[in-house]
Amino acid sequence: MKDWRYWLAEQRGTLLAFGIFVVMFVIYTSNHPAGFTANVVQTASNKGVLLAFVAMAQTLVVITAGIDLSVGMIFTLTNCLASWLVVGTGIETAFGVIAVLGTGLLCGAINGAIVIYGRLQPIVATIATGAVYFGIALLLRPFPGGSVNEGLADALTGRLFGIVPASLVALVAVVLVVWVPFSRSVLGRAAYAAGSSEMAAYMSGVPIRRGKFAAYALAGLLAAIGGLFLTFFTYTGDAAYASGNAYTLFSIAAVVLGGVSLFGGKGSAIGAIFGALAFRTIGDLLFVFDFDPLWQPLFQGVILLIAVSLGAFALFRVRNRLEWFL
Amino acid sequence: MSETTVSGLAGRMPKFLRRADPAVLTAFACIVLLLLLGSLYSRSFLSPEYLLQQLKVASFLGVIATGMMLVILLGQIDLSVPWSVAVGAMMACAAAAYGPVGVALAIPFGIFCGVLIGIVNGIGVAYLRIPSMIITLATNAVAQGLMVVYTGGFSPQDSATGAMRYLATGFAVPGVPNAVLIWALIGAAMVFVLTRTGFGRTVYGIGNRERAAYLSGIDTRRVVMIAFAVSGGLSAFGGVLLAGYASKAAQSMGDAYLLPSIAAVVLGGTSILGGRGSYLGTVAGVILITLLQSILSVMQMPEAGRQIIYGVVIVAMLLLYGRAPASR
Repeated sequence: MKDWRYWLAEQRGTLLAFGIFVVMFVIYTSNHPAGFTANVVQTASNKGVLLAFVAMAQTLVVITAGIDLSVGMIFTLTNCLASWLVVGTGIETAFGVIAVLGTGLLCGAINGAIVIYGRLQPIVATIATGAVYFGIALLLRPFPGGSVNEGLADALTGRLFGIVPASLVALVAVVLVVWVPFSRSVLGRAAYAAGSSEMAAYMSGVPIRRGKFAAYALAGLLAAIGGLFLTFFTYTGDAAYASGNAYTLFSIAAVVLGGVSLFGGKGSAIGAIFGALAFRTIGDLLFVFDFDPLWQPLFQGVILLIAVSLGAFALFRVRNRLEWFL
Repeated sequence: MSETTVSGLAGRMPKFLRRADPAVLTAFACIVLLLLLGSLYSRSFLSPEYLLQQLKVASFLGVIATGMMLVILLGQIDLSVPWSVAVGAMMACAAAAYGPVGVALAIPFGIFCGVLIGIVNGIGVAYLRIPSMIITLATNAVAQGLMVVYTGGFSPQDSATGAMRYLATGFAVPGVPNAVLIWALIGAAMVFVLTRTGFGRTVYGIGNRERAAYLSGIDTRRVVMIAFAVSGGLSAFGGVLLAGYASKAAQSMGDAYLLPSIAAVVLGGTSILGGRGSYLGTVAGVILITLLQSILSVMQMPEAGRQIIYGVVIVAMLLLYGRAPASR
């Protein structure tokens, strides 16, 4: 095969997610009463970017064949923390941002330590740590409130040069600073290898533990960036259980739509970002078609159900029935 | 304290204690410890009325955890508990609004809806080979969406039927609340199924190694599907009982049961990887969790503190005896 065909095969999931997103976004904007204007794009990107960050976080963990059910709660916790810390003068705000990101990194590292060095199942361990993170968020913000440095918030949620949404630029920057170096580093390859076949990776002397740990920790960091942006959009901190849970759930949907295999070792965060943007757009389609907003949870649930069921098509390619049982 | 003293001590203990799982013993020891701590805090903690009340509250969690245990024994997990509980409660209350026939069929209809959710889960896990945590999260979201559309976003106005209230709060046998009786019946049935029937042996077999169970000629997919259906049905039944207890259904009534039900099963020594665990352990786990909740609320611990203590206790207990073998 030619090089480009390998590349195509590798990026199939990402390209598919990109395609779904473009189609959905065209339907969305062409039916939007305001049409394809900078304002519509800005609003859509602000909403989509939040989920995109959380979906990137989920991708890192899913690539290692794990799952992080606490991403939504880290997102909520860092939102509450940011509503206390990211205020005041420029220096204070900068330290606040660093503290919030550090907290996210720490939460992710705790997850990683428990799952990898504590050898617990990721599902149960992250449900439990998620409860702890939510408890801390509730301690920080028993009632919605707080504030944020509005200058910074407006700069990051507004538009650059009047057209490009700043949040989209921030997303690209995070991809370039976090995802690209990670996926090309030894640790990133180790995370992929651990997800693909942990035994083979171990036998080959790949640093699987460090790779997985880095994936969990960076997932916490990315969820914290998401939480920070939520604070920029809402100007408040809110420890809402339902919203944290919803983000966890939607991040899984976005990851699946983005062509990342839930069995690990396959997919990329770029795909998950397009998955997240597509998922958000599909959810918002209901509004432009004037449906009752009450239908939105059901609609999103059905999309999630369909998205996860699509993986079942791989069963048709299984030649030996014993491969059903991993 | 070396091995010899422990085994010497064990040698003098009655047979049932010697054969018991250390995890189950730890759980029971924790229960005794919690009772002692509670009695230091308040004298009424050891009164029979209070303990019976705790047992009654525990029985709702017990019914739900029974289904969860069956699924965890298979090495799977059921994250659709929150809305299975709510669907069971809401649908039972909804049926009650349709005249005498509806009232008579309220409880079976609620359970039936839960079984339907369970069957969807089961088809996804057993036949489509979707990881159980993913498909159950998805059905949970769909169930939530259906209920939001049905109720219009508010808590439903229909109230529980007399039969539901009787099951949850009545006394068929003087001194023993009906809810406790129901938990005992369901628990006894579960013990019988797990230890005395082929289905039960198969569940343990699949939990240990599904491949081996399949090669032994067992239709493992059917067993997995039945287990998920039972889990969905029991969650919904738990919801029916809760609706009877509170005399109506509420939107997020099931949210408070997902983590506790998993925790109760795992704290009771059932391996989260499947294939190992006893119902006695789950009973101990359920009572342990309920007592912990009760003590925290007696101490007027706010919700935030409760969540943190919950999470920390579960991680700590899992680290004590829920670890996977080292990959060597």
